[in-house]
Amino acid sequence: MRLRLVPKETKIDFFKRWKLWLGLSGTFMVIALVSFLTQGLNYGIDFRGGTTIRSVAEQPVDVGAYRQAIAALGLGDVSISKVFVNPTDADTTVALIRVQAQEGAESARPEMIAQVEAALQTVAPKIVFESVESVGPKVSGELIQTAVIAVTLAIGAVLIYIWMRFEWQFALGAVIALVHDVLLTIGIFSEIQIKFDLAIIAALLTIVGYSLNDTVIVFDRVRENLRKFKQMPLAEVLNLSINETLSRTTMTSFTTLLALIALYVLGGDVIRGFVFAMIWGVVVGTYSSIFVASTILLWLGVKRDWSKPDANAGTQFAGIDA
Amino acid sequence: MIQIETWKRVLIWSIVAVGLLLALPNAFYTRVETHNDAVKALEKGSTADGLAEQEALWPGWLPSGLVNLGLDLRGGAHLLAEVKVEDVYKTRIKGMWPEIRDMLREERDTVGTIRLQKGADDELRIRISNADQTERAASLVRGLARPVASLTAAGASDIDVTTDGQDVIVRLSEAEKVATDDRTVRQALEIVRSRIDEVGTREPTIQRQGAKRILIQVPGIGSAAELKRIIGTTAQLTFQPVVSRTTDENASVSAGEELLPAKEDKATDGKPIYYLLDAVPVVTGEDLVDAQPSFDQNGFPAVNFRFDGAGGRRFGDYTAENIGKPFAIVLDGKVISAPTIQSHIAGGSGIITGNFTLEESTELAVLLRAGALPAGLDFLEERTIGPELGADSIEAGKVASLVAGAAVLIFMVLAYGLFGLFADIALLINIGLIFGALSLIGATLTLPGIAGIVLTIGMAVDANVLVFERIREELKSAKGPARAIDLGYEKALSAIADANITTLITAVILYAVGSGPVRGFAITLGLGIITSVFTAVYVTRLIVVLWFERRRPKTLEV
Repeated sequence: MRLRLVPKETKIDFFKRWKLWLGLSGTFMVIALVSFLTQGLNYGIDFRGGTTIRSVAEQPVDVGAYRQAIAALGLGDVSISKVFVNPTDADTTVALIRVQAQEGAESARPEMIAQVEAALQTVAPKIVFESVESVGPKVSGELIQTAVIAVTLAIGAVLIYIWMRFEWQFALGAVIALVHDVLLTIGIFSEIQIKFDLAIIAALLTIVGYSLNDTVIVFDRVRENLRKFKQMPLAEVLNLSINETLSRTTMTSFTTLLALIALYVLGGDVIRGFVFAMIWGVVVGTYSSIFVASTILLWLGVKRDWSKPDANAGTQFAGIDA
Repeated sequence: MIQIETWKRVLIWSIVAVGLLLALPNAFYTRVETHNDAVKALEKGSTADGLAEQEALWPGWLPSGLVNLGLDLRGGAHLLAEVKVEDVYKTRIKGMWPEIRDMLREERDTVGTIRLQKGADDELRIRISNADQTERAASLVRGLARPVASLTAAGASDIDVTTDGQDVIVRLSEAEKVATDDRTVRQALEIVRSRIDEVGTREPTIQRQGAKRILIQVPGIGSAAELKRIIGTTAQLTFQPVVSRTTDENASVSAGEELLPAKEDKATDGKPIYYLLDAVPVVTGEDLVDAQPSFDQNGFPAVNFRFDGAGGRRFGDYTAENIGKPFAIVLDGKVISAPTIQSHIAGGSGIITGNFTLEESTELAVLLRAGALPAGLDFLEERTIGPELGADSIEAGKVASLVAGAAVLIFMVLAYGLFGLFADIALLINIGLIFGALSLIGATLTLPGIAGIVLTIGMAVDANVLVFERIREELKSAKGPARAIDLGYEKALSAIADANITTLITAVILYAVGSGPVRGFAITLGLGIITSVFTAVYVTRLIVVLWFERRRPKTLEV
């Protein structure tokens, strides 16, 4: 007896409510965009400059007392947040203190850090500082730029690759699904104000890769079935292909999620935001490869009349063999 | 019928064996690390006790490459510094003044008297008394231009000479600036490297980044501030004749002189002391061959130094001619001390005293030995990660990877039975291969890198899942087991290739554009994709074929 996530054979009609799915995705994209534009992201120091200090005290963190101690120094915008090393902890002794970039200095002046540390020691005498990170405004500006370039380049390169291997309709469908995933991820980060730093960009790009992976697998089957069933309407071909690959899609998403959830719960707080982005991306990416990419493909239509009968088209990799 | 040629089998197992062998040292991390350190120390000729035993901890014939742990895992300091290349323009252009002055003086009959005006830092502004001869003076100055010493700007000259009314203005040309910048950054990089080597920490990373930046990562160092003190000091040392001593910071300074503050000395009324110095130094730090921390005759920390031959002679001649006069020892624009010359100092060595603490004298000796930075450094980014946080992160990463791995392994067996077990073996080999590859290229493992590996654990089974699902489908159409396995691999290949190439594209872009931890993630993700495709397409297949050859099953359940 085998464990199965979906029944042996499925005949789900994924396009019965395609208008609903597209509408839902569209609405969420608009919400994400509005949230990003009005609320904005909670940028980490990588992107806005400034200093973060991670402190560990003996007593639980008293955000108010910490704030008061540092406010006296007149360092401008200071944010103090509790850090939960395990997501289930009730209270914590670890805090993350962020100080805005100071006027006239690229990275932090050592005196400023010493002042903050001394101020905190008055509130929590045995406090220790596990890490101090400081990024100057010059670098943070460049980091934003390279991040945007990286995401755009990745999407562009993928667009070209799929265009070469498939038809342009497939490429467009895949890229719209990608934009959908990236936008929804940025949306959730802006909506619940999780810190958005360099690592999240890495997560975004992985989501791009993962979501694409899913989409390409479905498309690959669509291409195969289009040749096999020349007379079948496109909607049926798409449905058949999604159903045929559904078992694989859910299996892979499930194993990936298993690994990610282990990392989320046990991997410590430093990468929790990063892992959260990935989990979200895997869920959204799986959804979008079925409900967004394929629906777009259905909507755009595909060239069915293969004037050149070419049995090997698109399978030049079939030559690679053990 | 499914079959794999013998040479392919040998090749596949060899790759797996080599990969696992390369990964092996990581399983005994501290042991191998101690061994490697001992080997390095022995190579340097050290004969310290216990080195031989430490060396024997790991057999020399086994590979000893380790995955470097990133700063976020090991703790340490990270600095991104920008070299203030403009500093050098000033020195360069001011250094041209004597030559220009001498040349124009010879032409006094036509251009009249000349006077240096106060101008911007990176220019010489020379006023010509015969206003109608400005153009002539400018063309004379142009005659002093030299070609730029660089391949890319061959033919360009090193200075731009323009006129502004009665003034001739000399600036460095753009081509010369570019060439100078490059030299300055390369020099700075070397100096930073030798300073950090002097301090002697393990495996520092010192890299040039872009045109003007230097990235410095030193594991194990307590804080970025400490690192900054070592590399941030320019350490330009000069010995200059003293003209006079004053407490007036606005004392008038004539041409060829400069007014510099004393480091700490205060006059009796508590006002800071300034020295008026001859701007041309007798000897500089560049003439030093050695510097060591020591103590003066009163037992206070001091620094002993020795000049090279030419520097020693100049210093000797100067002290012989100026007995009874003070001279100043200047470090980075501050007078450390201004002793009076008691006697002719021959032999080219001497001592610097100046109210140092023991740490200061040790640090100064290091800085003087390593040499002065050609220009100041601006620190754009600095990160200190405590070793405890690093250890916590490794621990958390380990636990998470183990749990993630176990969950995926169990799940695969539940879902695919025997074939799941095959996939599990491949997955374990895959993780071994990732570590082998990381050790081979000397890559650095960061926290996001661990996340990359965990993600690979999840995704690595994808290729296997694709194949197994395909075999299931082929079995439905009532083909024999052998045919189904064959077709399963054949038909799944195009999907595997497309899916992984697209992910590989994003990993490559991440690596190219990203920096630091993001890069670490890109490396493990990229390597993970390559090894997982290899294990799924070749290793699992080989295992399946081996099993099939032994059992010859009539039916197949996947």
